[in-house]
Amino acid sequence: MKKTMTYAVLPLVAVVLAACSASPAGNDYDKAAAAVVASSFQPKGIVSLDNLKQDEANRLCSAADVAGKPLDEKTTKAIEAAELKTVKMPSDGKFLGDWKAGEKIAQSGRGLTWSDDAKTVNGGNCYNCHQISKEEISFGNLGPSLYNYGKTRGVTDPNSPAAKAIVEYTWGKLWNARAYNACSQMPRAGHKGILSENNIKDVMALLLDPASPVNK
Amino acid sequence: MKQAVVYRSAFVAVALTLGAGAASAQGNAALDGIAKYREMLQDGNPAELFEMKGEELWKQKRGPKNASLEQCDLGKGPGVIKGAFVELPRYFKDTGRVQDLETRLITCMETLQGFKGEDIAKTPFGKGEKANLVAITTYVATASKGMRFNLPQATDQEKTMYEVGKRLFFQRGGPHDFACSSCHGVDGGRIRLQDLPNLTKNPGDGIGFAAWPAYRVSNSQMWSMQHRLNDCYRQQRFPEPKFGSDATIALGVYMGVNSKGAESIVPAIKR
Repeated sequence: MKKTMTYAVLPLVAVVLAACSASPAGNDYDKAAAAVVASSFQPKGIVSLDNLKQDEANRLCSAADVAGKPLDEKTTKAIEAAELKTVKMPSDGKFLGDWKAGEKIAQSGRGLTWSDDAKTVNGGNCYNCHQISKEEISFGNLGPSLYNYGKTRGVTDPNSPAAKAIVEYTWGKLWNARAYNACSQMPRAGHKGILSENNIKDVMALLLDPASPVNK
Repeated sequence: MKQAVVYRSAFVAVALTLGAGAASAQGNAALDGIAKYREMLQDGNPAELFEMKGEELWKQKRGPKNASLEQCDLGKGPGVIKGAFVELPRYFKDTGRVQDLETRLITCMETLQGFKGEDIAKTPFGKGEKANLVAITTYVATASKGMRFNLPQATDQEKTMYEVGKRLFFQRGGPHDFACSSCHGVDGGRIRLQDLPNLTKNPGDGIGFAAWPAYRVSNSQMWSMQHRLNDCYRQQRFPEPKFGSDATIALGVYMGVNSKGAESIVPAIKR
């Protein structure tokens, strides 16, 4: 895992060097911001100061947001390639779990805040941003609607060869959304350890199982 | 206290209405119900109790020096409170810092009354002098009710804090990669049914930065901007911003400058 990461970062370093032509004023403000971050936070509960550390993808996407212009194509592709390498396919080759368990994960936004403890079961935060099943009317809109996710993509049997591509893409998207969209706002649920492999299987079932209310 | 009970039972009534409306598509009935409830509370906003307590504390001789805060300079001269809030945070020469209303009040509690600012900052929200500070903040802010935000950006310190705040606003981090901008960077965004102001620009009168301090119905607490930011960072899975830290001030400058022209409706009322 660690090795994959090290190699994955290499192409990014080159890109970063190339992008280092920001105005001196911008650099000064970057330094001022770094100093403010360093002096302003304190650990609390289960959350340590490590949470402030940015990986390259976050650093680049944050800087692009500050600049108000999207990353260039080369940087975008480099991030996506590096993130794609972090995706771990299911160890037993099974992509789908239980949609009912998936619904519970999608409903929960808990876990990993300083008011949670280490025993808190992490949620997927899915309904915070997405419509998913039709029964739940309290959903956010920062992400696209996922109602009928499998149905509209023609998935009638998730185990069939015809469904393979969409099943694998969906797994990858849940594991690390930024493998497909460099600066996506969606958390990297598998890559960052928010959800386990089994959790992701259950959310997969919620989205792709023809028996799931999502596809009714 | 009696008043609080009345508000709670009103809340139950509305909650029942919400339940009944839950079957409608996309919960318009629920949203209407919340709006109606907020309107109801505007007639007797519990925040007024905090404002009254704050006024008393402002005028009362307190602290080791047994003095009131009436000579506190909030940026418009000693004792001037009207219009002060809508120009904060701003740079203060005497402290050499950009300060928001809360940190500036702590400076006055130190210099005029002899309190130890560090102790106040470390006191948990809702307790002791921190609770008093929120009441005073509510009182001073309410003196600018109906006025429009117009933060100064004349000094290098203020300009730098705006730029630092902008960088903090877009800073992705933690296990979820959340930044302030994850929720507050687009128009018309919602988490579940909660509307989210776009804080990268003026989101409108009484919205976003212009809606705090506010009374929060869900937990019956009066929240200042410091408290609001603290809870945002909790949900972002970031470590805790120290009370009055430069990160919180910089974000205040960023949101406040972006809100130029927005009317302050303080004390606001929130779900």
